[in-house]
Amino acid sequence: MSTPRHIDSVEHAAATPEVKLPYQELGVTDSEYQEIINLLGRRPTSGELAMYSVMWSEHCSYKSSKVHLRQFGQKMTESMKKNLMVGMGQNAGVVDVGEGWAVTFKIESHNHPSYIEPFQGAATGVGGIVRDIISMGARPIGVMDALRFGAIDHPDTARVVPGVVSGISFYGNCLGLPNIGGETWFDSSYQKNPLVNALAVGVMRHEDIHLANAKGAGNKVVLFGARTGGDGIGGASILASETFGDDGRPAKRPAVQVGDPFAEKVLIECCLELFEKDLVEAIQDLGAAGISCATSELAANGDTGMVVELDKVLLRDDTLTAEEILMSESQERMMAIVKPELLERFLEVTGKWEVDTSVLGDVTDDGRLIINWHGETIVDVDPKTVAIDSPVYNRPMERPSWLDALQADTIHTRERDNTSAGVMDQIRSVLSHANLQAATWITNQYDHYVLGNTAMATPDDAGMLRVDEESGLGVALATDANGRYGQLDPRQGAALALAESYRNVASTGATPVAISDCLNYGSPENPEVMWQFAEAVTGLADACVALDVPVTGGNVSLYNQTGETPIHPTPVVATMGIIDDVARRLPSGWQDDGENIYLLGTTGLELDGSIWADAIHSHLGGMPPKVDFDHEKALAELLSSAAHEGLVTSAHDLSTGGLIQSLTEACLRRHVGARIWLSELQERDGIDTVTALFSESQGRVLVSVAREDDVKFQGLCAGRGIPVLRVGVTDATQGALDIADVGVFDLDELHSLHESRLPEAFGPLVGGRA
Amino acid sequence: MATIIIEVMPKRELLDPAGKAVHRALLRDGISDINEVRIGKRFELHVDGAATDAQLATAKKIAEDLLSNGVIEDVVDIRVEGN
Amino acid sequence: MRVGVVTFPGSLDDRDALRAVRLAGHEPVALWHQEHDLHSVDAIVLPGGFSYGDYLRCGAIAARSPIMADIIDAAGKGVPVLGICNGFQILMEAGLLPGGLIGNDHGQFICRDQELVVENTDTRWTAGFQDNQHIVIPLKNGEGGYIADEETLKRVEGEGLVTFRYVGINPNGSLHDIAGLRNESGTVVGLMPHPEHAVEEGFGPDTDQAMRNGTDGLTFFTSLALEGVLR
Repeated sequence: MSTPRHIDSVEHAAATPEVKLPYQELGVTDSEYQEIINLLGRRPTSGELAMYSVMWSEHCSYKSSKVHLRQFGQKMTESMKKNLMVGMGQNAGVVDVGEGWAVTFKIESHNHPSYIEPFQGAATGVGGIVRDIISMGARPIGVMDALRFGAIDHPDTARVVPGVVSGISFYGNCLGLPNIGGETWFDSSYQKNPLVNALAVGVMRHEDIHLANAKGAGNKVVLFGARTGGDGIGGASILASETFGDDGRPAKRPAVQVGDPFAEKVLIECCLELFEKDLVEAIQDLGAAGISCATSELAANGDTGMVVELDKVLLRDDTLTAEEILMSESQERMMAIVKPELLERFLEVTGKWEVDTSVLGDVTDDGRLIINWHGETIVDVDPKTVAIDSPVYNRPMERPSWLDALQADTIHTRERDNTSAGVMDQIRSVLSHANLQAATWITNQYDHYVLGNTAMATPDDAGMLRVDEESGLGVALATDANGRYGQLDPRQGAALALAESYRNVASTGATPVAISDCLNYGSPENPEVMWQFAEAVTGLADACVALDVPVTGGNVSLYNQTGETPIHPTPVVATMGIIDDVARRLPSGWQDDGENIYLLGTTGLELDGSIWADAIHSHLGGMPPKVDFDHEKALAELLSSAAHEGLVTSAHDLSTGGLIQSLTEACLRRHVGARIWLSELQERDGIDTVTALFSESQGRVLVSVAREDDVKFQGLCAGRGIPVLRVGVTDATQGALDIADVGVFDLDELHSLHESRLPEAFGPLVGGRA
Repeated sequence: MATIIIEVMPKRELLDPAGKAVHRALLRDGISDINEVRIGKRFELHVDGAATDAQLATAKKIAEDLLSNGVIEDVVDIRVEGN
Repeated sequence: MRVGVVTFPGSLDDRDALRAVRLAGHEPVALWHQEHDLHSVDAIVLPGGFSYGDYLRCGAIAARSPIMADIIDAAGKGVPVLGICNGFQILMEAGLLPGGLIGNDHGQFICRDQELVVENTDTRWTAGFQDNQHIVIPLKNGEGGYIADEETLKRVEGEGLVTFRYVGINPNGSLHDIAGLRNESGTVVGLMPHPEHAVEEGFGPDTDQAMRNGTDGLTFFTSLALEGVLR
């Protein structure tokens, strides 16, 4: 046991204003340090500086993004609020899904840790988002992951992809949460800066919602779960080693954390039992900024104070200093507020689950967060100054100088090869593009069966989970973002991300009701990036109003760049929808022979930013596709009615890759082919074959309809003003996709085009065809 | 026939979930005088004859590059048996 | 019948097993690993999961938990026991079934709809199947490779203890494509794939008829009610 030679107590700090703390090494600016001094009326102690530095970091404080994010709240209409039970600001938002059920879901980034140590980085990303869901009082019921990696053939991608996938697989499978979907993109824009965005969803009864607020003076502050170790406190060691001398501890603590999904699984069951028995007032998870975050947020949100004895924290490593304990990001820990008379029963439950538990202190009503260490007070702050009133920056913004030239550089002026042979070649190139590949190599490693409520999962358009076993009530979730669109027009790119995930959910027959977002951008200190970010928030906030879906919460990840080059703007949007009975869901693939295939919506010349432009011309320029929100809404309503009335046997949305990609996926889902003709489509919409097959026009869905429902279905479309055109029939006998005037693809060839790239890059597909 | 033995352990400061699980099992069995269990890996590289300096150098390199992950693990020992 | 499902710390498919028991028409009873009490159940399911994190060897720590002593005792008296995935691993660690399970030969976790052949219907858990019936149920494991020494393998094959074999592909490198085993009396059965995930239309594996409609797993649980099946 080593004891620091002296403790930088509040008293000591007040007496030694001349002591200079290494705040810059902790990422605190001169003006922020001065602000801390102004708030405290003295220099901070090293413990206080540790807290402020992590809580005022971009990651925790949203100091650069806050001014823009306000739009989500400001633009929210009464209609958007109607299903929203808990909005932004808590660990995760909560939505009323009917029948007394509430659903909480959130998507969050774990990008930088996943580059340093792909396996542990991705694993702990899953762990963190699941703890957010538990904090709300919900039982987690599923996870998803939106992944972006560098070029598929880059050697470093071959290091990062297997690590990230097995990390997610290891942690999620071990927690017993079905992984029901997500997306995978490869683009050199993400080289050295992969994006790992993890989503978790949970359910609870309305009366079981808990907020992470510390209320009631005299209530106990309890830390439970894993012991605290030196994980993820690379920065804090500066305070310890430089200020107070080295006493044989590691020169630099590791910046990564190691996850223990077993501990988390036990913690989930333990928390759920505590909620069920009504033994806790509030639970807050410990993630980034650990104890600093949990204590200050609980007290700030509860409008209270707290006294904490830091010596009572159970340690895995007793060489940790107070500063390190405050900053440690050890995983699988929770903080609870417990009434004193319930403490004994609380400890019985944690004892049953063999979860380490320690009572750290009390809730107070004086609005001060006081932390003691070795008998001295080392922190005495107003918790709101730490957790809420962090600095807000209105950073300079500037429309990129290169944007006009990029937008003017359209692919549409180039000649297109519409010969049969030429189109066949283009189909092969597009289908084998890395971003249109089946995710089987990845999803084969994820358990999507556990809990027994998975009604849909990848490769379906969205994941769908049953919430109520009696009624069949369920939720559908899909995540989307297209960084290429974001690069061409950040505002439109964000609107498109919402439109696509909204349409994916609608294609299952569910009604979209709310979103969570994970906004991944470059450095906010780059005015061009800041402009991209602001544009995206505006685009997304306006699109939410137009589609009548609120943002329930989410996360911003900045500083995503390779050297000086920022990533493509990547606003990942996760849309959640409700379906009354999952038995009415719409499959994404064709099932039976001889059914009519209809294309809903119209197709325009919108090849800029498309996969076709990249696959055929390695081109990125022009303007991304347009979005008609009224049409998207009407389309969603039509699909929901058609599902309800059982008029449609399958539905599959069109997005990246265009019509050919959706046809391929619809064929391969159940290995049923089709005969397709494009002539009427080309005539109606005035387009050539290449545009018909590869355009990424929005608002389109392919559906199959049994012949006996044909008239009714067409009537439904006419009544709702949705353009509808029969483009083919399903064919379960030929084993081929036959496109008139273009050519015939054997389904085995389509399969190989659609599924070969990931195994080629990352190793054989275990078990072959899923 | 010599054997180059390489031992890799999880970094001291990081959590070792496997060791923790086994330690808990010992406690449940009433063995309370063991404070901690940590689980690492032992690799055996078998070579013909005595291990040469070059082979040892190679072993050291692969121990650091391949057999361990420097972010979360340390190579704690490389030794030769049977030389 | 009253059918118990044991929850160990880290059990994951316990709820699914309880549901399967209920859908098969039995009364599900939740059992807890620390209790020496089987609540007078008529049969026991050891569900899938990662008991105690499976950090030492899969199933090793769970096999030494308090309730396992009672289960070993009950199995000796002829109480039917089904071990699924982690439960199969626990049965082997507890010595109720021969052999062991190691990491998949390809080194990855795998989740897929797996075809099996039911080679032995002389058990309390497979009596409802036809001899050599082919079924499809989900498989999901990281350490599902069946191994045994030559002598054990010879005995397992010679005595007809192989109850399920993988068909089409061997997803984890199991010797002799072995997916599941029974004991000599046919009361104890263990397998890597998950029958409890194929008991309800809409939530099982795909079939030729429709998406996620496979319910081949339900027969494991309905077999229990067939009296006098054991020769």
